[in-house]
Amino acid sequence: MTVNLLRRPRTLVPVSILAGVYTIFQVLLLQYSGMALQKAIISGLIYGLLLVASCVLVKNVLKYYQPRKNEYGYALVLTVGFAMGWITVSNWALLQVYRSQPYISSLIHRTTLVTLLPGLLMIGWTWMISKIHYVSGEQENLKERQQASEKLTRDAELFKLRQQMNPHFLFNSLNSISALMLSRPDEARDMIYKLSDFLRGTLKKEEQLLVTLSEEMQYLQLYLDIEKVRFGHRLLTDIQVSPEASSMKMPSLLLQPLVENAIKFGLYDTSSEVVIRITARKENEELVIGVENPFDPETVRANQGTGFGLVAVRRRLYLLYARNDLLEATTRDHYFITRIKIPVTHDQSHNH
Amino acid sequence: MIKAIIIDDEPLARDVVKAYLADYPQISLAAECQDGFEGLKAIQDHAPDLVFLDIQMPKITGFELLELLEAPPKVIFTTAFDQYAIQAFEARAVDYLLKPFSRDRFKKAMDRWLALSEQEKAAGLSSYSDLGPVPAPGANRIVVKMGGKIKIIPVQDIRYLEAADDYVKIHTGDGQFLKNRTMQYFEKNLDPGVFVRVHRSYMVNVGDVTRLDPYEKENHLAILKDGARVPVSKSGYARLKEVLGW
Repeated sequence: MTVNLLRRPRTLVPVSILAGVYTIFQVLLLQYSGMALQKAIISGLIYGLLLVASCVLVKNVLKYYQPRKNEYGYALVLTVGFAMGWITVSNWALLQVYRSQPYISSLIHRTTLVTLLPGLLMIGWTWMISKIHYVSGEQENLKERQQASEKLTRDAELFKLRQQMNPHFLFNSLNSISALMLSRPDEARDMIYKLSDFLRGTLKKEEQLLVTLSEEMQYLQLYLDIEKVRFGHRLLTDIQVSPEASSMKMPSLLLQPLVENAIKFGLYDTSSEVVIRITARKENEELVIGVENPFDPETVRANQGTGFGLVAVRRRLYLLYARNDLLEATTRDHYFITRIKIPVTHDQSHNH
Repeated sequence: MIKAIIIDDEPLARDVVKAYLADYPQISLAAECQDGFEGLKAIQDHAPDLVFLDIQMPKITGFELLELLEAPPKVIFTTAFDQYAIQAFEARAVDYLLKPFSRDRFKKAMDRWLALSEQEKAAGLSSYSDLGPVPAPGANRIVVKMGGKIKIIPVQDIRYLEAADDYVKIHTGDGQFLKNRTMQYFEKNLDPGVFVRVHRSYMVNVGDVTRLDPYEKENHLAILKDGARVPVSKSGYARLKEVLGW
């Protein structure tokens, strides 16, 4: 019962039931004390109805005023005050109804104490239940607000992580366009279109986070085309995507930072040709994507696995799937390998 | 004939400079290089009057390249990164062109270079800058030249440094290397939480110190993992204890 009360603010129903029980008790008490049955029923109903009214009043008082300090003193004063008020009004009402019958007055006064006690208990109980209800309501409210603000923060962070683009990529691409304008204006125009499409992709605001791998690969291709113009013959790619993997879903804009990281470290270590290998397949119901680049152990760079791109991807995967094991970076035979696993979510709309 | 060299890993970036340079018929392009190694060789072979230098390049950065030269030539940096500007001017760069740059901006850099050359010619100075570049503090590697070869030393491989006349001898697991810099240079550029100046002529990698033995009156000897013994002065001992938290 308590649990239901906590969930829903329905104090009126149990109060009424209890008041009903009380009314019967009061009727029996009055009859036992020597009152005729019909009069006892009317008197009992007066007591009962006024008790319900008092309880509702207590509940509403609590709704508008809840002291932070001296709560129990307040509870005591409130309960006793309302009980006294209730019994006074009830007795007065009865005397008004049975004005011409003096023996009623003495009967009422004789039974007052026995009448008062259950009323006091009920008003006290109403206070307690209402109090619990309001406190838990407040806490729930607080929790809801916290959750809402956490979600906002997370969404903002996810958006920022998705959007983060290396500005030097943009400046270097613009510089390439500037060079192409001098000799090959058609290629310059082509590069502008590709760069625009790429930028538009990073600016997408709608939260359609999940795309198919083949859509993601199309986007990646724009990026690779631009980088191939920049680095010329030095950048080669080897892309192997299994047919069943290409229709699988993944968060958008996840692949490009991984490939950017691979290009950066692969190409910065050598001035000869570099093959970046990108593989994707289905494995244990998960989409597994690998990005590999060769590196030269002779030229020491800061640990590649700590590159900003990888950190951002790892963070995104954590925010989306609450798992820290989805991105792993390893080295093998002068190859740096980044692997990400995308779990298949049951809710493919993924409305985070 | 005035000689220029372009060092940039992106062919199109070199094309821009080449195209703008065509406005200056008195300048001949001696070489085009796509990384720091090629660039170093070209500078040594051609002794150019002007170098257009990118910063982020394969193998070694533009700054590291300049560091390896006894007498660096006049340099105009061309880069997409604006955060190196201060470092570039500390390295006595003529100018710092942010990609993409216009023909007008390029002309300004060239005017500046021409003015500098004139001034120096009038004053009878050599056209070389006299100060080596300063890498960012906390650098994670040191580049040295051995004969004709370039050796890149990750700082974590350095066991200790020893002053030797105008050079500093770098002791590593792979052997010893000389660098024509002072101890102050290393003190400024290496992570002070890892490398401690324990003596006027020595700095140690604290990760390599296994124990400290008393030596003579107020001095100590640091015993390293490989058994090397490095003198520690009284003040060096205090600095070492502070870093090690003893």
